[in-house]
Amino acid sequence: MLKVEGLHTEYVDERGHSVKAAHNVSFEVPEGKLFTLLGPSGCGKTTTLRSIAGLEKPVSGEVSVNGRVVYSSAKGIFVAPNKRNFGMVFQSYAIWPHMNVFQNAAFPLKVGSRKLGKGEVHEKVMRVLKAVGLDHLADREATKLSGGQQQRLALARALVMEPQLWLLDEPLSNLDAKLRERMRFELKRLQRDLNLTTVFVTHDQNEALALSHEIAVMNEGRIVQIGSPRDIYERPHNRFVADFVGSANFLDATVTAREEQRDYFVAQTALGPLKCYSVDPLQAGDKVVISLRPEDVHLSAAHPNMPNVWEAVVDSKIFLGDHVEFQVKIGDVVLLSRVHPSFFPADGTSVYLGMQPAKCLAIAAN
Amino acid sequence: MQSASNLTNATLASAGWWRRLDLKWALIGVSVAFVVYLSVMPLIFLLWQSFFTPQTASQAAEFTLGNYATAYTSSDTAKLFFNSLRFATGSAIFAFLVGTLLAWMNERTNTPFKSLFFALAIIPLIIPSILFTVSWILLGSPKIGIINLALQHVFDTQYVFFNIYSMWGMIWVEGLHYSPMAFLIMTAAFRSMDPSLEESAMMSGANIFQVAWTITLKLTWPAIFATLLILFVRSIESFEVPALLGLPAGIQVFTSSIYQAIHKYPSQVGLAATYGVTLLLITTVGVYLQSRLSSQGSKYSTMTGKGFRPRAVDLGRWRYLTAAFFIAYLLLIVALPFLVLLWSSLQKFYSVPSWDALHNLTLAPYRFIFSYPTIARSVWNSVLLSLSCATVIMLVTSVICWITVKTKLPGRWLLDNLASLPMVFPGIVLGLAIMIFYLYFDIGVYGTLWIILIAYLTRFLPYGIRYNTTSMLQIHKELEESAAMSGASWGHTFRRIILPLLKPGMVAGWIYIVIVSIRELSTSILLYSPGTEVISIVIWELWENGQYVELSALGVMFILALFCLVMLAQFVAKKYGIKEA
Repeated sequence: MLKVEGLHTEYVDERGHSVKAAHNVSFEVPEGKLFTLLGPSGCGKTTTLRSIAGLEKPVSGEVSVNGRVVYSSAKGIFVAPNKRNFGMVFQSYAIWPHMNVFQNAAFPLKVGSRKLGKGEVHEKVMRVLKAVGLDHLADREATKLSGGQQQRLALARALVMEPQLWLLDEPLSNLDAKLRERMRFELKRLQRDLNLTTVFVTHDQNEALALSHEIAVMNEGRIVQIGSPRDIYERPHNRFVADFVGSANFLDATVTAREEQRDYFVAQTALGPLKCYSVDPLQAGDKVVISLRPEDVHLSAAHPNMPNVWEAVVDSKIFLGDHVEFQVKIGDVVLLSRVHPSFFPADGTSVYLGMQPAKCLAIAAN
Repeated sequence: MQSASNLTNATLASAGWWRRLDLKWALIGVSVAFVVYLSVMPLIFLLWQSFFTPQTASQAAEFTLGNYATAYTSSDTAKLFFNSLRFATGSAIFAFLVGTLLAWMNERTNTPFKSLFFALAIIPLIIPSILFTVSWILLGSPKIGIINLALQHVFDTQYVFFNIYSMWGMIWVEGLHYSPMAFLIMTAAFRSMDPSLEESAMMSGANIFQVAWTITLKLTWPAIFATLLILFVRSIESFEVPALLGLPAGIQVFTSSIYQAIHKYPSQVGLAATYGVTLLLITTVGVYLQSRLSSQGSKYSTMTGKGFRPRAVDLGRWRYLTAAFFIAYLLLIVALPFLVLLWSSLQKFYSVPSWDALHNLTLAPYRFIFSYPTIARSVWNSVLLSLSCATVIMLVTSVICWITVKTKLPGRWLLDNLASLPMVFPGIVLGLAIMIFYLYFDIGVYGTLWIILIAYLTRFLPYGIRYNTTSMLQIHKELEESAAMSGASWGHTFRRIILPLLKPGMVAGWIYIVIVSIRELSTSILLYSPGTEVISIVIWELWENGQYVELSALGVMFILALFCLVMLAQFVAKKYGIKEA
């Protein structure tokens, strides 16, 4: 469906230097799937999205949708954004303040080459407004909408033209936390119901994990890993991905031996030998980083029945309602652990710390 | 902004050559040509004329340095230069001191009647300089001035207390007239300063004077200097005060000398051009320094945007003094000038207010004005000129501002500067330059309303730029981009999205330009001919004829009309939530 190949972008900053924003970005999004570009600010994800939209012109590469090339540096093709028929939702929603809800949503049907009758426009607009639950507010001034309603209107406006591609630029980041969680579900429902091929940009890993069929994690203008949400979370290819997607504990280690079980190894860490897991064929002597999610660091008062158990001292803790975060110390090593609030030892108490080898992910150090 | 540039570059690169001729490029091209034609051509002709002898039927223009030689070797010019500087510096300092004191009272103290301070923003718009000057002649002239007569009556002497026909009189009237402007700029400066900077000094143990001296003054220093410069430039450009007060007393400055050189027979256009170039150099340096300072000023002033108003200093009993100062100021700047005009407009022949004169009140001057032969025509001309000038400027500058704000086209800074160039032209120099231009470039506009329209368009172009830039900056780029993503072409986006969003700022700017152009005198005075008079020219003619009471009647009606216009502007600005530019 959407195919992006070898995209390079540059922009000129305020001092007139050209800055590289995206390097050799390539990916494909199959029909009806939601593809997320995830990364910290300045990683080039928004630039990539805007290049797909045609709002920015890349230096080189090719973008095609359903075999229709909309940009190609080699063939000298650049289709203007208003001729691409992509729906886009902006971070600020970009609701036009001088139009009411209906007029905002109807705008895409009244411009460009589409010539629709009044009745047809009305029908289409009301259909999308109904889909986002705004049909009863059609006559309201756009500026009188709440944040969540503006958000929905922006979604509706990007849908009304029945776009080939739906582009979402951090659409949820301006909402408060509660509303954001609710809109996440609505967005997912809309996308799945209408089977829209979607590119979604966000810096929020939870959003990415919750919504996507596939995620591309970007850093410094490059895609560092593409995979399903589970893959990205459970099998990060490198330290950046492990760190950015969810918080992680890291232990520097050297592989000492291969376990009998396939893909399991023993590595020497600051804590001593640790059983760990890796999909890469590691050799003894390889330098690795062990990545471990806080929720996979188990704490207990009694000695648990699992490998990789150490005695640790509670250094400090934060109560967060549905869980408690502990900082525990084993010698000089500090590990972050997330446990159920029923376990609540005082600071300075000795506890047992256990780590499942399958969750101790060895990533090749670079 | 980034995207827009990429967009334009992109369309340029990808499409064939014929695609460049679409609406956007046509509009951009026309706007650029319009700006260049308006602001550059007159300047070139002014410079050219200053180096040539006048062209006559028998003799072609020849290159000469004679104009400059005449101008710069004469001791009169030295005096002229000295007078101009003295007048402008004096007026600037006087206006600044009064304006700053008022701004400080309003922003930082608990002076009573604070709600009246807003009036200061509109006074200079309502009372045109020529009427203000005339009313001060009626107040301060040695023979008929009411202030002199009253004081002489009280002290029972023949001593002239106050002679308005003097350098000090000129500085007094000019400085007073520009003090509201100083007030507005200094108020902005006080407001843009984070009050916590002053409060932390206070908490460190500094007293009120130490805070004012070491913090407030030091922080507002760039604003102070910039304000002084702009007041200096405005005063040195001013025509009305030097012409009405200076010329009778034999005090010449550049603007009045240009007027005299043109109105001599035969008129000395070359010499006037030389004066014009000199004056232009002075104002250019002033405006340049001022804009440098203003851009640097942001380094000093720290806008927090939190809108914390500083705690007002409690003046205690002194607040009655500041209130008295404010009341006296209002008397001098509005009440007395307007009342004296009103009084004079109700007399058959001008006479000093007295019980006898009170019995002779008449509406005759108003009847005279309504039957005055050129009045209907001049009102029509003024209205026509100001409406068309405001409309054209706001539309053209909306495109120009779109180019300078939203695109990254190379050379857009040049466009911005060119469109702001007329700001350095003193009104009378602009009139002179345009007069010269169309004398030589004969396309049939000379002596018609068109030449005045062209002059107004040039003169007020920078105002349009200022208003449209402010509102253009507030339009988030995503509003435009989402229209493009919806499939709208550039023309569609501009018409359906940009223009409606600019509308509040455009309406405010439009009314402002109507107000300033309807009272324009110093440019029109060199360009009008019988049949193309405007209102301010009729006032000028009535003054020249000595018809004071009739002038007063026209003046009173003019002030009331301007008052209604300004109220309308305020209403619009309030409705759309626009801050005064």
